[in-house]
Amino acid sequence: MLHTLAVLVENSPGVLTRVAGLFSRRGFNIDSLAVGRTEDPEVSRMTIVVDGDDRVLEQVTKQLHKLVDVIKINDITDDEYVDRELVLIKVNADHTQRVEVIQICDVFRARIVDMGRKTLTLECTGNHGKINALEETLRPYGIKELVRTGKIAMVRGTKNTGYQDNGAKEESL
Amino acid sequence: MEITAAQALVQCLEKEQVELIFGYPGATIAPVYDALHDSTIKHVLARHEQGAVHAADGYARVTGKVGVVMATSGPGATNLVTGIANAYMDSVPLVIITGQVSTGMVGTDAFQEVDTTGITMPITKHNYLVKDAAQLPRMLRNAFYIASTGRPGPVLIDLPKDIAETKIKFQYSETVYLRGYKPTFRGHPNQIAEAAKLIAQSERPVIYAGGGINSSRSSAELRALAETINAPVTNTLQGLSSFPGDHPLFLGMLGLHGTRAANLAVTNCDLLIALGARFDDRVTGKISGFAPQAGVIHVDVDPAEIGKNLPVHIPIVGDVKQVLQELLPRLEIRTDSRWLEQVDVWRKEYPLHYEVEGNLKPQYVVEKLDEITGGKAVVATDVGQHQMWVAQYYRFRRAGGLITSGGLGAMGFGLPAAMGAQIGLPGEQVILVVGDGGFQMTMQELGTIVEHQLPLKIIILNNSVLGMVRQLQKVYYNSRYMAVEFQFLPDFAMLAQAYGIKDYIMRTKEEVDTLLPQALAEPGTVLVNCLVSAEEWVNPMVPAGKAISEAIDC
Repeated sequence: MLHTLAVLVENSPGVLTRVAGLFSRRGFNIDSLAVGRTEDPEVSRMTIVVDGDDRVLEQVTKQLHKLVDVIKINDITDDEYVDRELVLIKVNADHTQRVEVIQICDVFRARIVDMGRKTLTLECTGNHGKINALEETLRPYGIKELVRTGKIAMVRGTKNTGYQDNGAKEESL
Repeated sequence: MEITAAQALVQCLEKEQVELIFGYPGATIAPVYDALHDSTIKHVLARHEQGAVHAADGYARVTGKVGVVMATSGPGATNLVTGIANAYMDSVPLVIITGQVSTGMVGTDAFQEVDTTGITMPITKHNYLVKDAAQLPRMLRNAFYIASTGRPGPVLIDLPKDIAETKIKFQYSETVYLRGYKPTFRGHPNQIAEAAKLIAQSERPVIYAGGGINSSRSSAELRALAETINAPVTNTLQGLSSFPGDHPLFLGMLGLHGTRAANLAVTNCDLLIALGARFDDRVTGKISGFAPQAGVIHVDVDPAEIGKNLPVHIPIVGDVKQVLQELLPRLEIRTDSRWLEQVDVWRKEYPLHYEVEGNLKPQYVVEKLDEITGGKAVVATDVGQHQMWVAQYYRFRRAGGLITSGGLGAMGFGLPAAMGAQIGLPGEQVILVVGDGGFQMTMQELGTIVEHQLPLKIIILNNSVLGMVRQLQKVYYNSRYMAVEFQFLPDFAMLAQAYGIKDYIMRTKEEVDTLLPQALAEPGTVLVNCLVSAEEWVNPMVPAGKAISEAIDC
């Protein structure tokens, strides 16, 4: 089963290697991983989609927690959340096909961001399923190039999966 | 006043009360060695970086302090890798400082450059590459804190040469702020109460105690627990010496080469109390056959160990010492002896055994060591058959008395680790039991041992074969022995003479009886070459893929 983890990490060099290395070393399967800075420049947020049963997920979470650079982990799979992927697709579209492709584009609320003599380049955001559907629909025309970001996600409503630094967590010896 | 980062590093080490560093210098770490010149910290110059890191490991285990290791970039760092991995697997606190090429050269395949933080990432608890000299004191404080708290382990700091030479305003802060690292020390009170309830309900409890008891120094609590609830105790390899080897409740080691009594007790128990142990594959054998009828209480400071290999009924995350201290007052004294009587039947029916007569037997030498020292010496081992015989036949009566490479099983560990242990415990009897194979892997450290006049007693159980691999080939490869017999061995007596070490040779039981007490009583370093039978096997043995109740004698 696919799980979506929202992982807050220190924005320090090597943190991506640490996380990716942990997954490969322990044989966990990453379906996708997206990473970028948050509202706090010292904190990055990773959205990791990982495949595994509950036992695997427990180990993934515990092993991630052992990394000193990992601040907080939320498995948001069972929460209500908004998730998005972004895709750029360069698809064959000569003058005989152009109208059809533009119509598909409208249906999926994708945007045309570039136009060549024989191709169109589309941008589309949406959840995993929608992006898959768009890709499948365009495949018969001949996809020249395609790039997808991993999934990013955020829990709906007031529930917070961010990190509040209340300053009270200092530990001294 | 401004000082260099290298000087700041040495001052930080002084503030961490480091008395001793094990290391080997080189070009990129030279600024730090220069700063050490003005320090009171002593430096032990090993003969190889691997020797330095294993020595720091042995030192850390016996003293409870963080072992500090220093080496240069490139080959200096790669030579540390085995030792770092060993400390990581056995949860030994080390801080390792490696030199690195100057920041401008990093990534250019410069002379003696390797990606040290990349190489050591999966074998350290954490590591740092210093890019800003001003951050070094904070990183060092963090490194000591991370290495020594929670589940201990090695932390590495990679220091580029130009950063080490950068002048900084030295600021040292005792406080540590790591928002991603907050180990749990106290067990959850409700879980502890649940554990007490389960213990009260159990009829056939067994305590399975691992290295966590030794590293948290909680032998007294373990003993109190066992005696209060009248439960037999079995140790993992790393847990040995945490419970008195001559105690009536002691079952010996469990697992692959464990006693049958220990393995049968675990198989038939209705409650397994796992303390600072991690259900390693060498302990459990076939997992479905491990404690199949038992409820499991698992106390460990590392939450990731709980439920990793076996489902657990009552998980308790916390320092095992603190958890036991809170658990003990909740327990009632139990005197029911039916279970112990059953355990005794197994113990009497299946004792460890070997044929004493004939050629000198390695097991006999270990038994004799136990007899002469009263089980009170600190014993370091290497890896292989002799290690198992020490685990089986030396009845440890000194808490933390065993220094051995358990998780990694690194041959070559023994001699340098024993050296580090003897440096950490200058007044105590430290004995190394080592095979002729492992001894030859790191015997260059004899030089360091002599230089520091260490009264270490080195007992080589010399059968001129790689016994454990040979045993494996006997059992699983129809005795098709391949690359396990040394066609040449050095003359160990002449080797000892070359280093100015007193040597003994023992070929018979009678020679051991008369000479071994004499050798152990010598004031200085002694090398004892025991020519033992190669046709001895570590028994019992659980065949691969079998349950621990299905041990055989080979």
